[in-house]
Amino acid sequence: MTSERPNMRFIQGNEAIAEGALYAGLQFYAGYPITPSTEIAEILSRRLPEMGGTFIQMEDEIASLCTIIGASLTGLKVMTATSGPGFSLMQEAIGYAVMAEVPSVIVNVQRGGPSTGLPTAVAQGDVNQARWGTHGDHAIVTLTASNLQDVFLMTVAGFNMAEAFRTPVILLFDEVVAHMREKVVVPGPGEIEIFERLRTSVPEGTNYHPYLRREDGRLPMSDFGGVHRYNVTGLVHDMWGFPSTDSTIAYDLLHHLVDKLENRADSIARYKEYFTDDARVLLISYGSSARSALQMVVDRRKKGGKLGLLELQSLWPFPAETVREKCEGRTHILVVEMNMGQICHEVKKVVSRPERVFLANRFDGIFISPGDILRVLNMVQGKGV
Amino acid sequence: MPVKDYLRLRFLPHIWCPGCGHGIVMSGMIRAIEEIGLEKNEVVVVSGIGCSSRMAGYLDFHTMHTLHGRALAFATGVKLGRPDLTVIVPMGDGDALAIGGNHFIHAARRDIDLTAVIMNNRIYGMTGGQGSPMTPQGMRSTTAPRGIADAAFDLVELAKGAGASFVARTTTFHATELTRMIEKAIRHKGFSVVEVMSQCPTYYGRQNRLGNGVEMMKGFRDNTTSIGSKKREARPDLIERGIFVDEDRPVYSPEGLKAD
Repeated sequence: MTSERPNMRFIQGNEAIAEGALYAGLQFYAGYPITPSTEIAEILSRRLPEMGGTFIQMEDEIASLCTIIGASLTGLKVMTATSGPGFSLMQEAIGYAVMAEVPSVIVNVQRGGPSTGLPTAVAQGDVNQARWGTHGDHAIVTLTASNLQDVFLMTVAGFNMAEAFRTPVILLFDEVVAHMREKVVVPGPGEIEIFERLRTSVPEGTNYHPYLRREDGRLPMSDFGGVHRYNVTGLVHDMWGFPSTDSTIAYDLLHHLVDKLENRADSIARYKEYFTDDARVLLISYGSSARSALQMVVDRRKKGGKLGLLELQSLWPFPAETVREKCEGRTHILVVEMNMGQICHEVKKVVSRPERVFLANRFDGIFISPGDILRVLNMVQGKGV
Repeated sequence: MPVKDYLRLRFLPHIWCPGCGHGIVMSGMIRAIEEIGLEKNEVVVVSGIGCSSRMAGYLDFHTMHTLHGRALAFATGVKLGRPDLTVIVPMGDGDALAIGGNHFIHAARRDIDLTAVIMNNRIYGMTGGQGSPMTPQGMRSTTAPRGIADAAFDLVELAKGAGASFVARTTTFHATELTRMIEKAIRHKGFSVVEVMSQCPTYYGRQNRLGNGVEMMKGFRDNTTSIGSKKREARPDLIERGIFVDEDRPVYSPEGLKAD
């Protein structure tokens, strides 16, 4: 059978994540089963070895993340995937990847929490955990998406950013996106730029400093097993990777870890706009809730309502400039999310008129509907419920 | 090569207390690596957290100082990423068997080709002398002033039961035997466990009136014996030293077992 678009697929969200990872060059996956992310491991257990990569099922999520960090240091592109409880277990090792600056991709398919919560139901309650789950001051990249084409694209972007910034990247999807089925066009090779690891050009026999930044702030790596031997640690460390308690080194290192991402928040920012030009009411949403937000905007537009949607695809670093700019001059800003206001709080912090920001949410395991959002809008506009 | 050529002199002095046994273990590990003839670039040392885990930084190999208890998980990633490299994991008893106990039994179950050198000083040294899963019942620690109620693990039995294909035990007193065992463990294809009874005079020795480092090492001489020794008939309390398990098995790979 022939097809005009042989690379057009009708697949599940978790499969789109797996396909995106393979497109981006995934070589090593370690994971532990957990609903609703398990299909990612199942798919990769078959696909990854076929493509010459390695799949291993570990004893828990802690080991899963530690294992991919070890594999990343041998020069491989790595990923693990989990959901809420497993993501909680990974927090210490996320901090290690931040501190040691190890490129790694961590998928969290969100489900209802806290604790075991609602294992099979949708939620977006891990937004702040993605940002602040591990201890200590740090910065992190977190990406998300509302449809499966974008899930694919954000997964590729996540791998690219992990390499570009030598950082763990959190792909924060949710149960609805992960379990729904939709059309995905898998791009041909070379259609999307893939970032390869920046490796040092320092020759054998010359001192290589694993944590000495170039002028552009980047740190070229050397694979374990290569000609440069160095130390990697979760302790505060100097340019050799040796532990240090020197306050100047500690100050400089923490600033570097935060600044390398926060100072590039604008270039990391990913978002989409729908009908925002003349919108008086701006909805801000992300992940699967953005689907209902968009439907509600389209429905109201048909009746003459001046509504628009800003769909965030990067949550951390929070795209503050974008949000501030897009919210200017709107009569109402409605943040649509499936938690108790985790992004709404961020929006209020950055806009000039926080009193105009309202929350339309659900956190009971039921997918938020356009009707749910409309009820809140009617209420805040004084039109009754 | 002299031992010092395997060390990062910039990193020294080390953090270990006078009389600590960990330096003897590090020296034994270096001599074993030299005996095998491994190039420095072929060796990765992955450690967790604790006094013994600081060893990774002192050694001039590819080194990784990771999270408390998780060294074997990180090492699994390194080994699967580069199966041609020799991966050695120095650990403490608390690191390997309390917080890292799950990773320990699963590394043994997989029989992945890593060498775990467990320095068993029966105490948490870095945090100042709290009881570990290897502290014998009744012995004192800063968190058990009346003596520890919990039973200790038998590390050799645990490793055997979990499936390790090489299991050995020695002490810092038996330095030559130590080097020979680590050498065999590194050469072994599969998960190798070497328990090295090591002394912590500062915290374990002082709290339990076991004397200084030298006296504690004499204790290792007097309270251990080779596997199958006749001495044990008269003194069944003697701890056995030697290689308990050394089995040739197919080499582990996550895609399935491969013949070596």
